[in-house]
Amino acid sequence: MFELLGISSQALFGQLLIGLINGSFYALLSLGLAVIFGMLNIINFTHGAQYMLGAFAAYFLLLYAGLGYWWAIIIAPIVVGITGIIIERLFLQWLYKLDHLYGLLLTFGLALIFEGTFRNFFGSSGLPYSVPPTLQGGQNLGFMFLPNYRAWVVVFSLAVCLTTWFVIERTKLGSYLRAATENPTLVRAFGINVPRMITLTYGFGVALAALAGVMAAPIYNISPQMGANLIIVVFAVVVIGGMGSIMGAIVTGFGLGIIEGLTKVFFPEASNTVIFIIMAIVLLIRPAGLFGRAT
Amino acid sequence: MQRVVQATEDHAVRARSEAIAFVVMACALVIAPMFAYPVFLMKALCFALFACAFNLLIGYVGLLSFGHALFFGWASYVGAHAAKVWGFPPELAILSGTATGAALGAIVGALAIRRQGIYFAMITLALAQMMYFFAIQAPFTRGEDGIQAVPRGKLFGFIDLADQTSMYLTVLVIFLGCFLLIYRIINSPFGEVLKAIRENEPRAISLGYRSERYKLVAFVLSATFAGVAGATKALVFQLASLTDVDWPMSGEVILMTLVGGLGTLFGPVVGAFFMVTLENYLTTIGQWVFVVQGVIFVVCVLLFRRGIVGELAQILRVKL
Amino acid sequence: MKRLFSLTALAVVLGCGCAQAQYSDGSIKIGVMNDMSGTYADLSGQGSVIAARMAVEDFGAAAKGMKVEIVGADHQNKPDVGSNVVRTWIDVDKVDVIVDVPTSSVALAVNEIVRDKNKVFLVSGAAASDLTGPKCTPNTIHWTYDTWALANGTGKAIVKTGGDTWFFLTADYAFGHALERDTAAVVEKNGGKVLGKVRHPFPGTDFSSFLLQAQASKAKIIGLANAGSDTINSIKQASEFGITQGGQNLAALLAFITDVHALGLQTAQGLIMTEAWYWDLNDANREFAKKFAPQFKGVYPTMVHAGVYSAVTHYLKAVEALKSDADGKAIVAKMKEMPTDDKLFGKGTVRADGRKIHPMYLFEVKKPAESKAAWDYYKLRATIPADEAFRPLADGGCPLVKS
Repeated sequence: MFELLGISSQALFGQLLIGLINGSFYALLSLGLAVIFGMLNIINFTHGAQYMLGAFAAYFLLLYAGLGYWWAIIIAPIVVGITGIIIERLFLQWLYKLDHLYGLLLTFGLALIFEGTFRNFFGSSGLPYSVPPTLQGGQNLGFMFLPNYRAWVVVFSLAVCLTTWFVIERTKLGSYLRAATENPTLVRAFGINVPRMITLTYGFGVALAALAGVMAAPIYNISPQMGANLIIVVFAVVVIGGMGSIMGAIVTGFGLGIIEGLTKVFFPEASNTVIFIIMAIVLLIRPAGLFGRAT
Repeated sequence: MQRVVQATEDHAVRARSEAIAFVVMACALVIAPMFAYPVFLMKALCFALFACAFNLLIGYVGLLSFGHALFFGWASYVGAHAAKVWGFPPELAILSGTATGAALGAIVGALAIRRQGIYFAMITLALAQMMYFFAIQAPFTRGEDGIQAVPRGKLFGFIDLADQTSMYLTVLVIFLGCFLLIYRIINSPFGEVLKAIRENEPRAISLGYRSERYKLVAFVLSATFAGVAGATKALVFQLASLTDVDWPMSGEVILMTLVGGLGTLFGPVVGAFFMVTLENYLTTIGQWVFVVQGVIFVVCVLLFRRGIVGELAQILRVKL
Repeated sequence: MKRLFSLTALAVVLGCGCAQAQYSDGSIKIGVMNDMSGTYADLSGQGSVIAARMAVEDFGAAAKGMKVEIVGADHQNKPDVGSNVVRTWIDVDKVDVIVDVPTSSVALAVNEIVRDKNKVFLVSGAAASDLTGPKCTPNTIHWTYDTWALANGTGKAIVKTGGDTWFFLTADYAFGHALERDTAAVVEKNGGKVLGKVRHPFPGTDFSSFLLQAQASKAKIIGLANAGSDTINSIKQASEFGITQGGQNLAALLAFITDVHALGLQTAQGLIMTEAWYWDLNDANREFAKKFAPQFKGVYPTMVHAGVYSAVTHYLKAVEALKSDADGKAIVAKMKEMPTDDKLFGKGTVRADGRKIHPMYLFEVKKPAESKAAWDYYKLRATIPADEAFRPLADGGCPLVKS
């Protein structure tokens, strides 16, 4: 165990900034999970695989269609979102009447299928994808060199998160969604097509995961396993934040990114586990999560 | 009066069908080494026990633990360490592993029981993952290498377990013993309360049962049996590795139980043998194993929820 | 008359039987086990099976009346899967020799099993120098490279060419620690200084935080004591943070040409690493590569593949000389007795501790402009002669070596 002694405030700010960047990924991913769970009461274990699909979609778009990053940001989530809709129509819709655990098992199985298939075709060495030219290079902030791309990641994630939160919590569409979760029969009686809303919501959550994947492509290794270990961390984030709470997922995502960043400075070996330790503590004190509603 | 008699008769019928099945299973397992590779059989038995332990929780209490590899794997590590470094004889090594399972079960259970259903599953998963990272870093587990060359030792001081047949019989005895114990637990007043909690927890509480306590005890028992399976496996393969604590292992035991039949007595055993056999054939195709497992998950959840034994029991109209 | 005839016939038959070699089970079975679909699938994988096959063909086994079968299996980088496969292979399928096995944890487990069952183990893919150290056995030969040779090649050669201040980015698990420890020792022994180190969790995804610390240390060389996707990610992110542009060089302590291929020259340029074999070093290698690549989806052979070829060739020679494949210890003893000579590694020897000796090479990854074709990635920075490339025999701690 070795620490860098005398961490200057400069180095500290650098690490905090990086923590913020990682937090954006956590927030974006847990947002998708929270939306799906909050609205549909499904734990989407396939989320990690769909994140991976988003990154691969970006890679394929570049390789076969010559469409770069900016196209990928729009097309990849839509394409993967559509596969999400197909999944919902083909598989998930039969499980709503059953114990929620079956949904978890099904999405777990789907995750295995996606990851296994891609693993067989693409191995695990990873595929190259470069940062788009407009975002290359960086700013010398004095305390660190901030790559432009990473700054973009923070800004864009924040924008997406806040927009989603706003749509769900503050607009009419969002309120229909929330009502449909609480009392689908009543909402249907009002003439609103509840099954279609559910399908579209699932697709939207999946699209969010894919979007996170596209954003990760230039900086993290595109490989079939990229989602697998990340998804469990995101689960912990969602549990800490409170399962049904959108704002909880966003705040916790960013917050945990920062805490993890700090851990990497002072106690790097624990940076993998710190989120789970926090989860254990939160569970002891507030079982419903920080922002969750107690059931 | 009529209904009580009926119920007692049903119970007798049930007990008989289960007893027959047990005898058949035990006989089959005794003669199996003549037809199949003993190491393969021992692997299947360890996993069968692991699946039975898991089934105790999901089938009879209704709690889906997504982190059962934690107990299995850590018991495996402690058992291996006890045999190799502390020089324990095999029976004490297995007991150390079992104790580890129980202890971890108590800690994790205390944290996880606070929530139900999916929350419970996610919490167990996250805690198991955390322990996985600990396993990578803790020096005694030797990280990626795992604890290798674990000596099998001499059981009770004189039965040399290096001999394949002795090892097999030991594993078989452990398996059958634990299986009977689990049966006893399920068909006891304690077990009945568990089933009541699974059916309708608020009502059980209103009847005065402290459901949290019962669930915690069941959780610890499940973790303990998983510990026995893990420690035994460490001796059979003379290896304790990261695979045993990783989340795919948790997924595998769920799959075994699902395929075999959740909530049935023999389901986990059948499921374990099925999956171990399948994986044996699939080693030549490597990572397609994951895809096959995924497909089985999907198919089972959608179309085959009762599992092999469940369907069989339904057709024969018996309890298995 | 009839009796004489049948007795003669019997004698003739027996005589023929004795003149031929007796191979256990009638054939020589080679088991190639490695990672067929994970991180190491390209540097070993099906390619090693192809390399083994080419070795058997070039050896002319069929013409010599030796029946050789090759089987392959995936150990998925897990010691328990690997152990199971090897046990079943030896007990049930009568495999005589296990070849390749990258991932040291699996190799160490297999090492024990092969010794217990007296077969032969020819390690090409794995790195653990313990295989010729405390864990050495009379049944195992460590063929291509090991952590000591890598540390020595990369560490020493870099320090000697000006890279004398180091910062280590280490994967926090046993293998990473070992790599760091071995390289740090070499660096310091040759007059360099280790300015600092940081351990990142294994497996990691984001190294930005650790790379910043490396950058802040101002060490000339950042040593990456990790492997596989961790190395690839570290390199990618280092490029992103302008570390290499800032004048620091990255030294990959365990990297293969397939990693460079995955990264692309734009990102990997300037990377320094040690390998035992490169396809573009001489005509024989080039010819081998041209024959190999089309069979392995266009992937060029790595040192691991070349090692498999070389090991299988020498094994077959030893078996031919002994006329038997049954006794693992005897075969390995023969392999140590006979000097090696094959078209890929040239002449070499196998030491008493099971270490195959050959030169090692220090390479630097070319800039994109310098590369004329696909897989033209390396320029040779230094050659480490065979007698300096590996850990001295006395230092290993191998019980087979009488001190």
